Amino acid sequence: MSVRFVVGKVLGAFATLAFVLVFNFFLFRVVESNPVATLYRGRNLTDAQRDELTRQFGLDGSKLEQFVRYVEQTLQLNLGRSYATNRPVIEEIWAAAPQTIALVGVATVISMVIGILMGISAGWRRGTTQDRVLTSTSMATWSTPDFWLGMILLTVFAVQLGLFPTGGIEDPTSGATGFAKLLDQAWHMALPCLTLAIAYVGEFALVMRSSILDVMREDYLTLARAKGLRDAQVRDRHAVRNALLPSTALIAINFGFVLSGAIAVETVFSWPGLGLLTTEALRGPDLPMLQGLFLVFSASVIFFNLVADLLYPLLDPRVRYS
Amino acid sequence: MTALAWGRRKRALAQTWAEYRRDREGMTGLLVLGGFVAVALLAPLLADDAQLSAVNTTGNEVWAPPGEHPPLGTDSLGRPIYDQLVYGSQVSLLVGIAATLIAIVIGTVVGVSAGFFGGWVDAVLNRLSEWFLVIPFIPLAIVLAAILGPSLRNIIFVIGVTSWPVTARLIRAQVLTIKQRLYVERSRALGASSLHVMGRHVLPNVAPLVIANATLTVPVAILSETVLSFLGLSDPLRVSWGSMLEDAFSAGALGREAWWWYLPPGLCVIAVVLAFTLVGRALEAILDPRLRAGRAG
Repeated sequence: MSVRFVVGKVLGAFATLAFVLVFNFFLFRVVESNPVATLYRGRNLTDAQRDELTRQFGLDGSKLEQFVRYVEQTLQLNLGRSYATNRPVIEEIWAAAPQTIALVGVATVISMVIGILMGISAGWRRGTTQDRVLTSTSMATWSTPDFWLGMILLTVFAVQLGLFPTGGIEDPTSGATGFAKLLDQAWHMALPCLTLAIAYVGEFALVMRSSILDVMREDYLTLARAKGLRDAQVRDRHAVRNALLPSTALIAINFGFVLSGAIAVETVFSWPGLGLLTTEALRGPDLPMLQGLFLVFSASVIFFNLVADLLYPLLDPRVRYS
Repeated sequence: MTALAWGRRKRALAQTWAEYRRDREGMTGLLVLGGFVAVALLAPLLADDAQLSAVNTTGNEVWAPPGEHPPLGTDSLGRPIYDQLVYGSQVSLLVGIAATLIAIVIGTVVGVSAGFFGGWVDAVLNRLSEWFLVIPFIPLAIVLAAILGPSLRNIIFVIGVTSWPVTARLIRAQVLTIKQRLYVERSRALGASSLHVMGRHVLPNVAPLVIANATLTVPVAILSETVLSFLGLSDPLRVSWGSMLEDAFSAGALGREAWWWYLPPGLCVIAVVLAFTLVGRALEAILDPRLRAGRAG
């Protein structure tokens, strides 16, 4: 992999990020021309108070001055203050991120493993009943709105059967600490995690199935069979290894969507992560919070896309040398 | 266009239909879809839209299960679930199809110009689609919908302007191969303008792919409408399956186990999304030359 290639990809990612910054600025400042007036509608503010608030929210000066200041502050990770709580946006995001990473991260890993296995067995036995059942299951889960699935699972397993809590991250009355607290949180995470895992599994299965079908026609599989390898050996040593490449890219990209992936599901289970933060910010609307969340969501996707781009040539010599 | 060309197109269409009819999954999807379209179009005959407003339903029992208020029960304000479901089909189909039309128009214009003109036009448009591909779609749609305000038009606009890059990429690749064909070169040599070549040779050739792609964009748009509505960004004046789910969730239907309220809208979304996906995949298998080769091999 040449230095030129790496530098090009990294610069491209930064260009995309810069574009997000410009877009973010214009969307929120130009469309919403006077947030102070909107927010404090109906309240009597003195001119001095109004000026003070305008300055606090960084809305004074010309649009160009505002833009320069916005970029400077963003580079220093200062994303402004929430209209709703008046706390720094970055602190709120920082506090909510771990819950989302835990929930969506675990769900992504589970669905990835199961989805890839489903895709392999469906693709390898193409056209059989097993393939048809696995493929239609994958398509059905892909077609299901994830939050609706969450509502159904919540009704059955939490409300009716009482096996799991109906929401939140821990039992506020238990006062448990240490390992017991962790166990309590895992128990609260089970249902939202299951919901997301079911919602994601279809895509992994369908992608893996189609990459298996792509490699099925390759000459090296015929050769492996001619060598006398058993069917399972041909599959595991030759087909799967090559077919995993497109899935690796999908996995890397999916990790980018971890932060923003569970907005509606977190809302259903009142899971205190970035998704719930987004839904709450929508009520105001709390513009600095939405702006900050959008920036963080985009940055994470851009970063993992870069990882996927850089990882690909390392894994696939054909890309490296072409 | 000459009669000869029309005859050829008609034969091609008949052949496509003959092939499509052999696809059982595609036919199932088409049948289900036909059913939903019929319900959406005949909604005024099948249901009573006066029942959608809580002002007119004060006489109904609230939270009535299907047994007490046939056929599907009522919600927390006494509005019958059945009438909401029937009228909800209009919004889902309208948003899905209209947003897809916007996405297809933008995607086709961008894809054709990028592939046809090449050079810096291609570079700029490529960067733009790359950006829209990378940006997390649902958060972008949420932010746009929050700023523009909740209305049916805005929801359609937001989903449309965020869903075009995949189409653009597909069409650009297709245009690049068509550009190399001999007949395009011959047409150019005879002095045809860019516009003529594009309208006469490039667009008719990418059209089948655009149609297959559009059919696969609609389900994504319908799912997006459901999420945006659930997050409270739907048109307050229209009932949609997504807004029914939001109403049910915020009224506490989960705790009361009022499953008849939130089970049907979700099942309808799944049915419509699956139907569009099945039709799209069947079309794609017939119209996409790469998949055709794959099927034969």
